[in-house]
Amino acid sequence: MTDPKIRFEKVTKRYGALVVLDQLQFEVAEGEVVTIIGPSGSGKTTVLRVLMTLEPIQDGIIWVGGEPLNKMWSGDRLVPASEAHIRSVRSRIGMVFQNFNLFPHMTALENCIEAPVQSLKLPKSEAVERAVELLEMVGLDDKRSHYPSQLSGGQQQRVAIARALAMRPKIILFDEPTSALDPEMVGEVLTVIRELASAHSYTILLVTHQMGFAREISNRVCFFDQGRIVEQGEPGRLFESPRNERLKLFLSKILQA
Amino acid sequence: MTVRIAAIAALTAFLVGLAVATFSELRVFLPALLRGAVVTIKISVLSAFLFWAMAFVTGIGRLSKIRPIRWTCAVYIEVFRGTSLLVILFWFFFVLPEFGVLLSATAAAVLGVGLNFGAYGAEVVRGAVAAVPQGQREAAVALNIPKHRYMLRVIIPQAIPVTIPGLSNLTIEMIKATALVSAVTLVDITFASVQQNQIHYRTLDIFLVTLMLYYCFAQFVRFGGAMLEERMTRHLGKVH
Amino acid sequence: MDWQWDFTFEVVLPRLWEAAGVTVYATVMSFLFALLGGLILMLLKTSRFRLVSFVAGEVIEFIRATPLLVQIFFLFFVLPQFGILLPPLTTGILAISIYNSALTAEVYRAGLQSVPRGQWEAAKALNIPTHRVYQRIIIPQSLPPIIPALGNYLVAIFKETPLLSFVAVGEIMHASKLIGSQYYRFTEAVTIAGIFFLVLSLISAVGIRAVERYVNKRILH
Repeated sequence: MTDPKIRFEKVTKRYGALVVLDQLQFEVAEGEVVTIIGPSGSGKTTVLRVLMTLEPIQDGIIWVGGEPLNKMWSGDRLVPASEAHIRSVRSRIGMVFQNFNLFPHMTALENCIEAPVQSLKLPKSEAVERAVELLEMVGLDDKRSHYPSQLSGGQQQRVAIARALAMRPKIILFDEPTSALDPEMVGEVLTVIRELASAHSYTILLVTHQMGFAREISNRVCFFDQGRIVEQGEPGRLFESPRNERLKLFLSKILQA
Repeated sequence: MTVRIAAIAALTAFLVGLAVATFSELRVFLPALLRGAVVTIKISVLSAFLFWAMAFVTGIGRLSKIRPIRWTCAVYIEVFRGTSLLVILFWFFFVLPEFGVLLSATAAAVLGVGLNFGAYGAEVVRGAVAAVPQGQREAAVALNIPKHRYMLRVIIPQAIPVTIPGLSNLTIEMIKATALVSAVTLVDITFASVQQNQIHYRTLDIFLVTLMLYYCFAQFVRFGGAMLEERMTRHLGKVH
Repeated sequence: MDWQWDFTFEVVLPRLWEAAGVTVYATVMSFLFALLGGLILMLLKTSRFRLVSFVAGEVIEFIRATPLLVQIFFLFFVLPQFGILLPPLTTGILAISIYNSALTAEVYRAGLQSVPRGQWEAAKALNIPTHRVYQRIIIPQSLPPIIPALGNYLVAIFKETPLLSFVAVGEIMHASKLIGSQYYRFTEAVTIAGIFFLVLSLISAVGIRAVERYVNKRILH
């Protein structure tokens, strides 16, 4: 890997005395699709949340496309990042949440044009054009004037994906995108994610419990436990011949369920 | 616990203030204010019992299956919530005698304040009873417990702890509302401070002491409410 | 019981009608100032400077823990001692506004806090500038709980205006008291004053419920 798209350098995240990320070393290459698995409380969601700057880290540096995210250059020294710096680096990252977090007072279309207009300062007509294309891509162009409360969970999550894509991110983070969905709606959301992964133009980080799906779309799977990557590798190898005991235990529990 | 700290701080400040006041010129108006405080406390305690009783009786009655009971409670709640306390006090004291009901000043004050806040409290109780999960009712039906028994043994015991924060807030509001009882010729702290102010013209001192007294009453109730809630919910464990 | 209808129509109703204007004026003015004052107190309380937010919090607590009537008397007696001479009605409106500012501050704060944290996170992930997040995402969603709560305070203020009769402001309760002491008859005036408050409160309650439904439908769909 010459220039990793994302690099965690000894990143530590604590809640009080509880260490969630423990000097984490982690890299993702451009265009790579990486799935993070692990038991609850292992820190897997936290990786996405600190990368999205939803939560601060206590120690270490996160690099995005060769630029520090939580720090910035001042001459040749790294100093704590300003809000403007964070905003500029953050603009390359999009995120899809477990609970969708759509804006309930806006229609599907309005959800998708809000950030492009307010943040990228796109003219409204251009934002609408792009939003319509994205809603078409996720198969919801006929629902554009529906409000979130009028959509099913699967439809809401697809709108949320379109909304994230409307900001033209290079990196997309999926935080358990199907965990809040009824089983019959999981498929439609996975189909959309699968399409994005096969386009190879996005770097994707996915946290999920859908092991079959992880195996199908990922270039690499990382097993997290207690704030560290315990084992990682190509999905076929990792699922078929896990080496770490805790990974074996985790997989046997998941597969039994 | 912040409530505890606030209550202790308020009480300490009050006692220090009282000590200073006793040995200074404030002596001239303090006895009158404290006599007023006794009246405020007396009216507050009596009204509080009426208020709590009315809140539970009419709050539960409001949910009754029997229409006349439900409607009587609803009319009581709407009338006493809808009018202004001062008007109610006046009405009890000056108009009821016209109907042949002569009330003493204390009785008029306690009835007015108690019935007014009982109507507000009824809404709190109704909300708490309605908040008991449907599953509890269903479990009681499944166990074939008679209706009045499960209301008394299952629903109400679960509703009471939920009412405490709301009722303790209303009790604080009620103590503040007793400031109006001078309308029926009672000399409570508020009226005592107005009188003392007219005699001594020491507005700042007099009213600061008065405000402090009310502040302490409020902290006292808040403290009591928090303790009561803690005691009653301790065995329930953390549900959330 | 004897209710005199000609006394009611010739004396009580005309005088109460006149006084009702003062009641409504005091209610509306106090409410408007309380809306503004609450906003200021809320901003101070959520200030990033610890000292400012601590002092604002304690002031709010103190105002809320003490009776409005004592605050009215206090302002009424203390302002002249500092050379501030205001008409009783103005002093009264000032006192009611300050008291209710402490309450509306809490309404605003609770309303903003009722917006789920996920909304903040989504807006941040979309890189929307902070002031735009407030303007377009947070404030619109906080209105459904805030508006009916403010409506309830409008009614509460309306029912507090009779306290102004203690400092001789000519609102409806004061007019009733004057009629009572002038003619030694309280029945008609006090009863009609009570009905006046009851009817307007009940109408407002219905109105607030309608507004609540409308806001919910309009904003949250």
